[in-house]
Amino acid sequence: MLLEAQDLKKHFETRKGVVKAVDGVSFALEPGKTFALVGESGCGKSTLAKLMLLLERPTSGSVRFRGREVSSLRGRALRQFRREVQAVFQDPYSSLNPRLRVGKIIAEPMLAQGDLSRAEIRKRVEEALEVVGLPTTAARLYPHEFSGGQRQRIAVARALAVRPEVVILDEPTSALDVSIRAQILNLLSDVQDEFGLSYLIIAHDLALVEHFSDATGVMYLGNMVEQGPTEAVFGAPAHPYTQALLASAPRPDPDHVLPTDVIIGEIGSAMNVPSGCPFHPRCPQRTAQCETVQPERHVSAPGAWARCHLLHGPAPRPASLRPDQLERTST
Amino acid sequence: MSLIEPIEPAAALEVRNLVTELRLRRGTLRPVDGVSFSVAKGQTLGIVGESGSGKSMTCLSLLRLLPRPGGRIAGGEVVVAGTDLTKLSDRELARDWRGRRISMVTQDPMSSLNPVYTIGDQVGAPLRYHRIARTRSDARARAAEALGKVRIPSPEARLHDYPHQFSGGMRQRVVSAMAIACAPEVMIADEPTSSLDVTIQVKMMDLYRQIQEETGVAIVLITHDMGVAASICDRIAVMYAGRIVEQGPAKELFRNPAHPYTQSLLSAIPKLGEKRKRLYALGGQPPSLTAMPKGCRFAPRCALADAKCHASYPGETNLGAGHRTNCWRVAEGGAPHAA
Repeated sequence: MLLEAQDLKKHFETRKGVVKAVDGVSFALEPGKTFALVGESGCGKSTLAKLMLLLERPTSGSVRFRGREVSSLRGRALRQFRREVQAVFQDPYSSLNPRLRVGKIIAEPMLAQGDLSRAEIRKRVEEALEVVGLPTTAARLYPHEFSGGQRQRIAVARALAVRPEVVILDEPTSALDVSIRAQILNLLSDVQDEFGLSYLIIAHDLALVEHFSDATGVMYLGNMVEQGPTEAVFGAPAHPYTQALLASAPRPDPDHVLPTDVIIGEIGSAMNVPSGCPFHPRCPQRTAQCETVQPERHVSAPGAWARCHLLHGPAPRPASLRPDQLERTST
Repeated sequence: MSLIEPIEPAAALEVRNLVTELRLRRGTLRPVDGVSFSVAKGQTLGIVGESGSGKSMTCLSLLRLLPRPGGRIAGGEVVVAGTDLTKLSDRELARDWRGRRISMVTQDPMSSLNPVYTIGDQVGAPLRYHRIARTRSDARARAAEALGKVRIPSPEARLHDYPHQFSGGMRQRVVSAMAIACAPEVMIADEPTSSLDVTIQVKMMDLYRQIQEETGVAIVLITHDMGVAASICDRIAVMYAGRIVEQGPAKELFRNPAHPYTQSLLSAIPKLGEKRKRLYALGGQPPSLTAMPKGCRFAPRCALADAKCHASYPGETNLGAGHRTNCWRVAEGGAPHAA
């Protein structure tokens, strides 16, 4: 396993109470593969991405990179981690410094690493621009001279320049137009194949996730409610929340009728997570048990599991976990 | 119109050859350049297009909410109930039409609600302004009624709440309640669901359908999301670079898109349940308003473009049942397939 989260929690103390943004999430990213996190706003997927980037430190649980605990790294070791794990953010208008030339923007992570010569950095900037399909002359221009799609290419170039193993993509195309979106998605696929990158992608567009990822985790109020190979999660969704998300996604098909009874009300508050199954107040299939008892994980398909009382499969045993860790992560 | 054409129901809104100009220091731009469409009573027209295609400018033109100074309607007609709105004075438009017979829902419910006024005051405001409610208590009662229509639970109790006490989905309901409070004939909704999560979005779309059934309001829905357009619209118009390049009944447009731009838009989106494959990616980007191509505006990105496409703008080809497109390839009888 390349990058792993184990029983990861992030709680924020506020004046009004504790926000349980991420509350006991485990997943693993395999080398060369893409893991997608989906869920509605407020489900904790962006906080989870920040935890994996070590931009936020977990309240408890661990982040492992190549089997090594990294969640408390500082200084030089943290810089080394940042070289391996890069990010591309949603909005290429706010993620690029408007006062810097593109060449400097792409060079900055390498300058921060501080171990490359100027000539080497210049060479890598040119290479990165070439990889993302921009002319090397782009290095002398400022971000405002580029369109949204080109800016996102610059953001991808910046992430690639330090030659990372993992790139965390936080809604990488949702600020872009449809015709530009396909260009960026194809580019991301190409560089993944070329450099053997692993992606952790956060997206709300389910069709995009199905198209782009190998494994998917569905989050709801800080919890992972279903996880598994993308084909299993999308082909036979086991959790009523996943079913509701998929049924609610608008499809470019005028014959498709959107259901209105698959989910009740709106997402709850992470400050006041419902008892039992966190999804029960919105679940049309809930029973008395759902209101009081938190469901265990049940195998729903090979390699896939969901946390729901309606399921009766055995508990999953992820190969990535050593037996002594099993107890902690399956509670 | 030939006899074979089905008789279209009476139009609640008819836009003919609308041209909007923006006068800037560096020159005059035309974000909307000859747009024509109509929406029947009780029907929804979707205007789809990418950013900069002119879809939002078209809507702002209908309500004469263009940026000032500089923005103006340079030509065309906007007809609601037999009245050409472009001929009215600003005062007449504000007094009798805008918010009264033609209203608008904007994208971001947080910025279209004033944080320091209660929901009751804000939903009641158009009722008071247009003198539908003569007293404060009457405005309150009617505001509660409007909130009930958008399915906000216990509307009377919520009149005294402020916008921050509502969730995103509920705020969008409040904005919709303001738009339907005066029982308009036409409602323009500019990306009304794109800031909402899918499970909330699906409920908003269902709500619009119900409101339409109850009131017969004609809706113009602006969206960049082909999925949203497919699930709620009766007709769809596709805009590109300030012009409508194709329009027709939703089913027809999705099943048999005629214009190469529509075809590439539909092929560029990943679809649920579809085998994983490389997406069709349209190269290049839309033209800038300051450098519009002389001929077909899509020609520089079109795989099928030839000399004629670059030289002059194609006229409209009628494909039957209200399905029309502007494309030289279609006009010449070919069945283009770009994607």
